[in-house]
Amino acid sequence: MTSRSDSQLEALGDSTRRTILERLRKGPMPVGQLARGLPISRPAVSQHLRVLKDAQLVVDRADGTRRIYELNPAAFASLREYFDEFWGVALIAFKQAVESPNPRKER
Amino acid sequence: MNTTAGDVTDVPVRKSITVRASVDRAFEVFTDRIDSWWPRSHHIGRSPMKRAIIESRVGGRCYTEQVDGTDCDWGSVLAWEPPRRFVIAWQITPTWQFQPDLAQSSEVEVQFTPVGNGSTRVDLEHRFFSRHGAGAAAMRAAIDDPNGWTGMLPLFAAKAEASQTVGSEA
Repeated sequence: MTSRSDSQLEALGDSTRRTILERLRKGPMPVGQLARGLPISRPAVSQHLRVLKDAQLVVDRADGTRRIYELNPAAFASLREYFDEFWGVALIAFKQAVESPNPRKER
Repeated sequence: MNTTAGDVTDVPVRKSITVRASVDRAFEVFTDRIDSWWPRSHHIGRSPMKRAIIESRVGGRCYTEQVDGTDCDWGSVLAWEPPRRFVIAWQITPTWQFQPDLAQSSEVEVQFTPVGNGSTRVDLEHRFFSRHGAGAAAMRAAIDDPNGWTGMLPLFAAKAEASQTVGSEA
């Protein structure tokens, strides 16, 4: 678990990779389109994509002879899951505070 | 479970709870008195959290004061309509810094509706997770990390169950 988290933080530590992720927020894209306008070679882009894929930040699929990359949907699912749990617990705490007859501020 | 990208990224978290309190009081406790219930381990500061604050106006800051004297911003007020509704931007980056760009922040909307008998229904929606970008994966990983927001839920549950005890955790 920790190694995956480390590899993700490391993957995000590079500005080119962050730019690639930023572009993918607009939707799935082939490598050629991703590389357009970046000041690095296409093989270098592929190299960055490999790092992102290893870190499970992006997923790819074949489309004829091209490879299409997109953000890993599991990333959002798990963040959503976390907040689902967080707000459930937080609202119960809120209910206790609001219904307590003599609400305290700090101490 | 549907796991296509479009569906997963855009499904908001929705939670509702009914409380025995007027709309005015529910709004006030949720916002002005957020410090009375906000989980103490839920902050992005480097030192322990002292106090949680939401400034009561559009553009107001949402932040925590830390015991080392620093402030940690984590959001800002986008809509402020007391006592019925407010919206805040959730401005945290994957590396647990303040995110100044609203286009890369999610949103939390809270609505307060009277349901009779002096009770109020609170509807909360946390939406636009996809705006956090692929960093969402790292965020989640960081939450699971021992140095992240880990342990918040058990800690908090213990606190909630012992609600008569005044906070003296340290």
